[in-house]
Amino acid sequence: MTERKIRVLIAKPGLDGHDRGAKVIARALRDAGMEVIYTGLRQTPEMIAEAALQEDVDAVGISILSGAHMVLVPRVLDLLRANGQEGVCVFVGGIIPENDVPSLINAGVAQVYGPGTPTTQVVEDITRAVLQQAQV
Amino acid sequence: MNVEHDLVESVVAGKRLPLARLLTLVENNAPEGLAALDQLFPHTGRAHLIGVTGSPGSGKSSLVNQIALALRNPPSGKAARSVAIVAVDPTSPFTGGAVLGDRVRMRDLAGDPGIFIRSMASRGALGGLARATTGVVQALDAAGFDIVLVETVGAGQAEVDIARLAHTTLVIEAPGMGDDIQAIKAGILEIADILVINKADHPGVDSTVRALHAMLELGHPTHLHNPVASGTPLWIPPVLQTIATQSEGIADLVEAIDRHTAYLHTTGAWQARDRSRLQTELEQLVQVELNNNWRASVPPEFIQETLAQVETRQISPYQAAKLLTHPLPELHPG
Repeated sequence: MTERKIRVLIAKPGLDGHDRGAKVIARALRDAGMEVIYTGLRQTPEMIAEAALQEDVDAVGISILSGAHMVLVPRVLDLLRANGQEGVCVFVGGIIPENDVPSLINAGVAQVYGPGTPTTQVVEDITRAVLQQAQV
Repeated sequence: MNVEHDLVESVVAGKRLPLARLLTLVENNAPEGLAALDQLFPHTGRAHLIGVTGSPGSGKSSLVNQIALALRNPPSGKAARSVAIVAVDPTSPFTGGAVLGDRVRMRDLAGDPGIFIRSMASRGALGGLARATTGVVQALDAAGFDIVLVETVGAGQAEVDIARLAHTTLVIEAPGMGDDIQAIKAGILEIADILVINKADHPGVDSTVRALHAMLELGHPTHLHNPVASGTPLWIPPVLQTIATQSEGIADLVEAIDRHTAYLHTTGAWQARDRSRLQTELEQLVQVELNNNWRASVPPEFIQETLAQVETRQISPYQAAKLLTHPLPELHPG
């Protein structure tokens, strides 16, 4: 019998010094029954795209606090597309100024989450996005 | 059929996204994944399967990282070997979710097209692997990787499934993990082809070495579950020391793996292990199939009635099992 699980890569690009938020999200997604691949600090966009491909994930969560999101996030999106993974749902969490959110969404990000977002909302959004993608 | 055929072609041609997608289908037990595995099976049997097991925190992922690095960057005169890594982590029995964190220790391997890393959740299986690990390893073998390294769930004492899957099993210990009585208990130490004491810069390493050697001097039973032809020399598992975080002892470890490979080939143990692995797999699949057939053939109400008789102590569970598996024809026609 087929038994499908949602697989999510939680990635931290750039030079952030800690990954507490990323771990909180990883744990929340695990508790929602998902399989979360966690890769640790200081990943390059290339490393993130490579892991997303090898792990065949449904979604990629990018946690970023350093302010480099306008460079790193579009780069990850480009690499995912180049690999044929344009269907992967990408969401971003961390310290993202409100003014930057529209351009990230325009670039192809599904959602941007600031500090204080309830983890239940992230779980709901990912589940919905992945189910929609599966129907396409 | 056509879709499967394309998938099979792409995997054999070494394309990475189709391979990743196939692994998902196999993990999910999807019919198209299993059909693709059928077609890929003739391409399997070439990769050297290396199992890496040991207690949580003994350094399995870090060692796998180092072994893969060494295989990719061999000393001059030797060819680099392509490496697939399957890293299994536990699924929560409460939520069905999992955090798969083995890649954190494998960042040195990023960007190398000769490496493919796949994390797997155990999804309720108890032997240290996931149910689908065998299929995933077959797919990676068919994709042409020279070496498939399988890292188990952090194993306690009885998670020995890896020895049935792998040609070469490494058991990783860390110093100070229990006294010498642990070394004579049945289970994980018995399956080692190579014993590795990682974190060899930590205190207590000498007594761990002593305990493991003492265990080996009393004889070791790897030949019991891995038969070799009579008259062939037995393989005595070497006890090696490594410090994975400092790349120490890795060259010796890879050398020991190569010696074991040569031993398997010269003694015929390679084929013996292959046969016994396939036999185990076949038996497991037959069990699943029989169980499915049985479920489909016995009316649920008959099961419920029989269960009720057990509950009221009219018959024992053994009698009930006999009744349900050898039902009288008149009890439930068809």
